[in-house]
Amino acid sequence: MSTNHAVLAHHFENLEQQRETAAFGMWIFLATEVLIFGAIFTCYAIYRLRYPLDFEAASARLNVLIGSINTIVLLSSSLTMALSVHATRVGRQQMLLTCLLLTILLGATFLGLKVVEYYQDYKEKLVPVLAFDPDEWTQIEGVEAPVQPQRVQLMLVFYYIMTGLHAAHMIVGMGLLIWLVIEARRGLLTPVRYMPVEVIGLYWHFVDIVWIFLLPLLYLTGTHQAPPWLPIPPIHF
Amino acid sequence: MSGPITPTRTYYRVFAALIALTLVTVYVSFLELGPWHTTVGVLIGVVKASLVGLFFMHLLHSSKASWLAVLASLFWLGILMVLTISDYLTRHILEY
Repeated sequence: MSTNHAVLAHHFENLEQQRETAAFGMWIFLATEVLIFGAIFTCYAIYRLRYPLDFEAASARLNVLIGSINTIVLLSSSLTMALSVHATRVGRQQMLLTCLLLTILLGATFLGLKVVEYYQDYKEKLVPVLAFDPDEWTQIEGVEAPVQPQRVQLMLVFYYIMTGLHAAHMIVGMGLLIWLVIEARRGLLTPVRYMPVEVIGLYWHFVDIVWIFLLPLLYLTGTHQAPPWLPIPPIHF
Repeated sequence: MSGPITPTRTYYRVFAALIALTLVTVYVSFLELGPWHTTVGVLIGVVKASLVGLFFMHLLHSSKASWLAVLASLFWLGILMVLTISDYLTRHILEY
């Protein structure tokens, strides 16, 4: 453990004030992030209200299995991130390293599955302009009004922009986590100086929250075909 | 932010609740809810996001300054969404 490292910066009164400031700074940054994603979510809401059937039809074609598994992967990474904060504060260096590496591993799993999913989307002709078949959208069973291919493409563009921006945030977060691993190995993350883990944790959890809303908005907005082993009560709206 | 150290037990319980809610929301997507999928999904999402915020992000023990940032961001998000969407919903002149 390094003790000659100055923990308290000279412009702070005490450690408590320094910690408050670090957390507050991250929350302010997250507020701007809320507005970045909020603008896209608002845009999505407007078109979702305008073209409900097209959006539901496109959503029903997205890969809900990979989407759900990725949700669980991301929630698990949030758990290991939260445990990293705990490990730092109780001074368990080995647990801290394990949890940080697990978080990075789960983040990489998420991105890997995302790549597989994008490739599946490409094979299923769900990529506007690059791979898209307008004819298959004009006749869909179970949809009352005819679906218009260009509106389906609009929904898919939302899907790529929202998941793409989210993935970019994941990559940034993984970079920050790698920095934390280096800091932890140098013994610089201690019960006194734990705020780097706490603050990067805040960012990581925020990215998780964005995904929590992407799952219902993109994947679960349409009715999906249930797996045969799952009992489904006959509800109709 | 140097509130009490959250015990690992709390994190595990919150995680279990989050996984349970994820399974519920995916199950609901197999029901024939028609246009109500988005509403139900977003409501479950709000519960999950609150759990993450309160426990994983330690909002429960955070300073008033942090709460101010959170509430301000939600307030601005509300302005952004409510005013924009109400404008579009009540405007029938422009086809978009």
